[in-house]
Amino acid sequence: MAVTPRISVQAEDFDTAAEIERITAGRRDIGAVVTFSGKCRDEQGTLAALELEHYPGMAEAEIGRIAAQAAERWNLLGLTVIHRYGKIPAGENIVLVVAASKSRAASFEAANFLMDYLKSRAPFWKKEHHVDGSEGGWVEAKQSDEDALAAWQRQS
Amino acid sequence: MKLVYFAWIRERIGKGSETIEKPESVATVADLLAWLSQQGEGYAAALAHPEVIRVAIDHEHVEHDTPLPEDGEIALFPPMTGG
Repeated sequence: MAVTPRISVQAEDFDTAAEIERITAGRRDIGAVVTFSGKCRDEQGTLAALELEHYPGMAEAEIGRIAAQAAERWNLLGLTVIHRYGKIPAGENIVLVVAASKSRAASFEAANFLMDYLKSRAPFWKKEHHVDGSEGGWVEAKQSDEDALAAWQRQS
Repeated sequence: MKLVYFAWIRERIGKGSETIEKPESVATVADLLAWLSQQGEGYAAALAHPEVIRVAIDHEHVEHDTPLPEDGEIALFPPMTGG
């Protein structure tokens, strides 16, 4: 029976330690927990914030579908995906994946898979805000992110 | 049907959503993009390169050759930059 992932699309920040605890509390069967935190970087001091627009309803549904695929593909004992939206200043968190399993390979691979899919299939769009107050335009999707997806599809 | 727009597509069209009555001849997602691009300057600017536009029907990704449903929510957006 595949684990039921916990999905949250939210404006507020998350607490990584609390999310690990939520999965592992009282469990003695989990041998590995992998977390990935995606953060807003300042691009050599030029970027003040990213504004994340999302498609409410579809964002939750699509992340749910991606997480369910991961839970089918790897033997996970816990899985949490949190994605923030709204204006996120440089230095703050954007996304969190927590994957737990008996041993490390499943958790590492599942977290990697989830991030590759979130990049180009989760309906979020990033707009840059520069430190000089100007609007920097929309971040362009990268071909390397599409290539990463294609690689997972070849392996399945 | 309800149309919803995101990111620069929303900005160029000048609204986040609208309800339309599509003509009988508009059968697929590709037909809809071609028809919409003729509905004014903003639409033309947003949809000048239809091949880059991503589309979802009722919250699920679809390809451009997908037939349109009778009713539902059709979303048009640029390639996603999540994560």
